[in-house]
Amino acid sequence: MYTAASFAAGFVFGLGLLVSGMANPAKVLGFLDLAGAWDPSLALVMAGAVAVGAGAFAFMKERTRTLLGAPVLLPSPRRIDRRLILGSLVFGVGWGLAGICPGPALVLAGAGSAKGLVFLAAMIAGNGVFEFFEKKKRVAPGPAPVRSS
Amino acid sequence: MSIDWNAFTPASALIGGAIIGAAAALFAVLNGRIAGVSGILGGLARPQAGDVSWRIAFVAGLVAAPLAWGLLAALLEIRVDASFPALVAAGLLVGIGTRYGGGCTSGHGVCGISRASPRSIAATVAFMAAGFATVYVARHLIAP
Repeated sequence: MYTAASFAAGFVFGLGLLVSGMANPAKVLGFLDLAGAWDPSLALVMAGAVAVGAGAFAFMKERTRTLLGAPVLLPSPRRIDRRLILGSLVFGVGWGLAGICPGPALVLAGAGSAKGLVFLAAMIAGNGVFEFFEKKKRVAPGPAPVRSS
Repeated sequence: MSIDWNAFTPASALIGGAIIGAAAALFAVLNGRIAGVSGILGGLARPQAGDVSWRIAFVAGLVAAPLAWGLLAALLEIRVDASFPALVAAGLLVGIGTRYGGGCTSGHGVCGISRASPRSIAATVAFMAAGFATVYVARHLIAP
């Protein structure tokens, strides 16, 4: 049930990206091009999504179990650090280069777009780069004694 | 700034946005998780027992959406203007940046703003600003 609900959420998310036009990178770039002929659509996509999403997250706020009885795993860190901002800036540069972010990358792949698949492959490689450096950091001996696995 | 009224699609943007919000709501209410695509996909790089199938299911749902759509109707316009080298660079930056930043347009953007998370709002401002700046440089400084 949990896995089926996850599939359904991904599927509905993908439909929303298609309906809203956000699976079309040219349209996303039309939003990011403030100095050109500006297409404000993305702002309305966000507004529509937040209007519906906010109710659900408010409903879940005090709950410890979901409607399926699964534990609620919504993150709670509030710290705004360098890692968050630098990572987001790097993401934004990549987003601006192609007009594709992770959700639409998967939808484009499903639509059989060769360019979408190339982007997705590079994005997964980027994940690999992140994992490589994270692993190195975990293995590297720090000032405190490192617990061996 | 001038609005491109021919490209602007307010109705489908709002409706599509509401559908995206419904997906995030469904995922929060049933699965108790943030519908953040970069994190869901990225978690597969470090697979842990019991933590794999729901990730694959969510990703499969996203990939299946255009397939199902294509069975019933013609797919709407999808235009990728970026060159292959630009796509590789963009994909790498998105892959690295979203993991360090802990989220993307879905996790920080849609879900984070829905929860009024200061962290996610800061991240969204940062990646939007970088996106605006990048398109400005690419379209108006390098290739005007």
